[in-house]
Amino acid sequence: MDQTTDVIQGTLDMLILKTLSLEPMHGFGIARRVEQVSRGVFKVNPGSLLVALQRLERAGWVDGEWRQTENSRRARFYTLTRAGRKQLAVETAEWTRRASAIARLLKAEG
Amino acid sequence: MSLWRQLTRGLRALVDRPAVERDVADEVEHFLDEATAALVAQGLSREEARRAAAVEFGNAAFVREQVREYGWENVISSFAGDVRYGLRRLRSAPGFALVCIVTLALGIGASTAIFSAINPILFEPLPYPRASRIMMISDFGVNGSNLDVTFGTYREVSARARSFDALAVMKPWQPTLTGSAEPERLEGQRVGAKYFRALGVMPALGREFLEAEDREHGPNVVILSENLWRRRFAADNSIVGRQVRLDDHAFTVVGVMPAAFENVLAPSAELWAPLQYAVSFTPDSREWGHHLRMVGRLRDDVTRAQAAGELDRIAHTRLPEFARVPWASLDSGFIVRSLQDEVTNAVKPALLAVFGAVLLVLTIACVNVTNLLLARGARRRGEFAMRAALGAGRGRMIRQLLTESLLLAVVGGAMGIGLAQLGVRALVALSPPDLPRLGAIGVDRVVFIVTLAVTTAIGLLVGMMPALHASRTDLRAGLEDSSRGSSGDHRGTRAALVVAEVALALVLLVSAGLLLRSLQRVFAVDVGFDASQLVTMQVQESGVRFDADSARYRFFDDALEAVNRVPGVSAAAFTSLLPLSGDIDVYGVHFERDADRGVLAGLAPEDGAALRYAVTPDYFEVMRIPLRRGRLLAAHDVAGAPRAALVNESFAKRRFPGGDAVGQRLRFGPDDGQWYTIVGIVGDVKQASIALIQQDAIYITPRQWHWGDKLMSLVVRSPRDPAALVPEIRRAIWSLDKDQPIVRVATMDELLAKSAVERRFALTLFEAFALAALSLAAVGIYGVLSGSVAERTREIGVRSALGASRGDIIALVVRQGMILTGVGVAIGLTGAVAASRALVTLLFGVSRLDPLTYIAVVVVLAAVSAIACWLPAWRAARIDPSVTLRSE
Repeated sequence: MDQTTDVIQGTLDMLILKTLSLEPMHGFGIARRVEQVSRGVFKVNPGSLLVALQRLERAGWVDGEWRQTENSRRARFYTLTRAGRKQLAVETAEWTRRASAIARLLKAEG
Repeated sequence: MSLWRQLTRGLRALVDRPAVERDVADEVEHFLDEATAALVAQGLSREEARRAAAVEFGNAAFVREQVREYGWENVISSFAGDVRYGLRRLRSAPGFALVCIVTLALGIGASTAIFSAINPILFEPLPYPRASRIMMISDFGVNGSNLDVTFGTYREVSARARSFDALAVMKPWQPTLTGSAEPERLEGQRVGAKYFRALGVMPALGREFLEAEDREHGPNVVILSENLWRRRFAADNSIVGRQVRLDDHAFTVVGVMPAAFENVLAPSAELWAPLQYAVSFTPDSREWGHHLRMVGRLRDDVTRAQAAGELDRIAHTRLPEFARVPWASLDSGFIVRSLQDEVTNAVKPALLAVFGAVLLVLTIACVNVTNLLLARGARRRGEFAMRAALGAGRGRMIRQLLTESLLLAVVGGAMGIGLAQLGVRALVALSPPDLPRLGAIGVDRVVFIVTLAVTTAIGLLVGMMPALHASRTDLRAGLEDSSRGSSGDHRGTRAALVVAEVALALVLLVSAGLLLRSLQRVFAVDVGFDASQLVTMQVQESGVRFDADSARYRFFDDALEAVNRVPGVSAAAFTSLLPLSGDIDVYGVHFERDADRGVLAGLAPEDGAALRYAVTPDYFEVMRIPLRRGRLLAAHDVAGAPRAALVNESFAKRRFPGGDAVGQRLRFGPDDGQWYTIVGIVGDVKQASIALIQQDAIYITPRQWHWGDKLMSLVVRSPRDPAALVPEIRRAIWSLDKDQPIVRVATMDELLAKSAVERRFALTLFEAFALAALSLAAVGIYGVLSGSVAERTREIGVRSALGASRGDIIALVVRQGMILTGVGVAIGLTGAVAASRALVTLLFGVSRLDPLTYIAVVVVLAAVSAIACWLPAWRAARIDPSVTLRSE
């Protein structure tokens, strides 16, 4: 159960972008969503996640926005930008290409 | 878009750091809140949920640090922070910082100075376009040494060789400039027309020489150096075409060389005139004397080897139109080497050895600073443990420590460059006069960049080990035990560094010792004459009234007589060649016996060349050169009388082993059909350098030579201080003719010292470096031992409480230091044996494994380290157990 996603940096970025493509979310929300949807296969390391969000924001793929939570704490919500959506498409295509190639190889071997 | 974001966000982070910090902290906090809330929703109590979330999250401070570190601006700001913090730390330990900086400044300064001296000589190309194409061509001399070529050889080579774009020969020329200002003897060169073309530098004003000007009885034309033009002719642009008076002749100035022109073949030459030798000449003319240096520029499509091959073919295929003489038969071919080699070969070993030595000093300085940093790192363990506990990563701490060592190195390097400026000045003042390219020595851009690179490398190098050590802190141990000693492993590293330091210092000391012993031997060499109480000066005849040989002989005769009348002069003589002065004048020798044998056996007569000394008969008495056999030259050996010659002892022994050379006949120089008879054998005299092999020498009287010499050296012996006689001797000569320049005044002892100047130069530097190495090593040993005593205060206190006497404690500490010294000495000895191989060419009369040197150095080093051990040991012995034990 303990596989972590941040081994391959590219996949973490893609997973974040994918998650945000559904709705704007804060950091913990993203982590929980990834864990839930992958049925616990992927567990996001909080440090890596927050650094990745910084990186994605600098790259212009997500926008960060501070909102006030109900218990008057500040929370940062991330939204996917247009550029981010394009990037997600690129990364998804690339991932699918690789994954299917690997799948074909494994099948041929079997 | 994203670049814009990178820039603006980065700038914001730089400008408003607190806001960014707050953002990161808030985001992390919020993440934890949400995680806790999620766990509460799963049914955990609030407190348990919080703890579980925190465990899952990991070290919050570390995450914050990670997030904060993202972005280019952090590289800048954390570096700035490191620098600020580093400066604070260094200010809090000014003694430590000062010692480190001064040590590094000395090491970097010395090596920068040395590097800036050797860089233009050894590594930079000569200041000519495509300098690697310039070759020096010479004849084979005795034992394969270089022998100047004859004009006959040059004429043949320049007509036949196709490998060169330009070929030229040159010889020294010392004309006297007269005119408005007082007469001045200048250094110049007589050169072939293509001399400047061969070097690839054209006059800045006017033109180069024409082929038509380089003919016998050609026009008197001269090219000036920029410096002479400025000095004597006020940089007058209309100088070209004007006439100047040289040696009473009018010379037309045809050109002025550019200021940047460096004449490495004769650095002091200030003017040039065409050689103007005859095109057709007989074997007895000066054109067959070995007295010209030949330089050539290779054609673009020809390599050095190809050119050498062509010259070899030319040497071995004689053409009828190019007759040769036996002493320039070219049977052994030519020596072809690049100008660069010609210029640097003589000084290369000394310079490389000095450079090696200074690198050793720099290494020792680095080892010392490393040691100091390690010791300091040990004292700062508490600080590092604290930082690690607060979430600083190992990489972060290493970076901080490296910043500190870089700071030390940069400050040290800056001071070092300042020191190098001074050092270079001292070096130039100290250097041997024939060191090539002296003017090009200075701290220039290349040197600056190299120093900068070296400084950075040093900063990283000396900091690396201490940084790795310090950052590998065991958290708990460090926090609990911040006040006390370092780990054993730590101490091991420092001990290893001390061993290295002792070993390096030993290598340097042995090298310096070997050079010192060589110098002693050099001064103990018998030069073959009595150098004490002798003064010498060069007298030149200048002017048209001396164009006849008879006038020359008369002037020198009169001058000798006038000098002999000076009170205090006990004896005086003239010689065309002054020993140890750098004079050289070599002619082919041809024995009658060999000629007969050669004819009988059908073999070519054996060639050889010997130094020619045209001396007045009293020369041997003045110089106290002993007569071994036969008679000396006499007043009756004049023109018309049977020609008499003296040869030196080793020459006679080599050519006539077993037989007596006296009575043998030889031809010497131009062949005019007459023989010289050897009438006596005199002792060997060192002509060039005292370390060089003995050269063959032939002595004749001036009047029995083929032409009259213009330039003679006067040697005067006096029972009083001979230097004090110089003004009176000058006056005596000038009373005959006040226009005769007298130069190169020196006592023979001075010339003797000068001939060892290269060795002395290397030695002085080695002594300085060895002294520096010795003191650095002593400081290193002292530093490590006193550090170890401080760390072991408690242990020593316990020991003395348990009854160890002061003597026991001193022995304990001294033993520790001396063991390190012993290991270092053992390693250093092997290193010194290896390093001495590089010194072989600088050594003279002493084996590179000279046991006396090695033993003396070991004793000195042991003594110095014993002193360095004694101080901490003495301090350890005074430790009061009651005080130390109570303080724990």
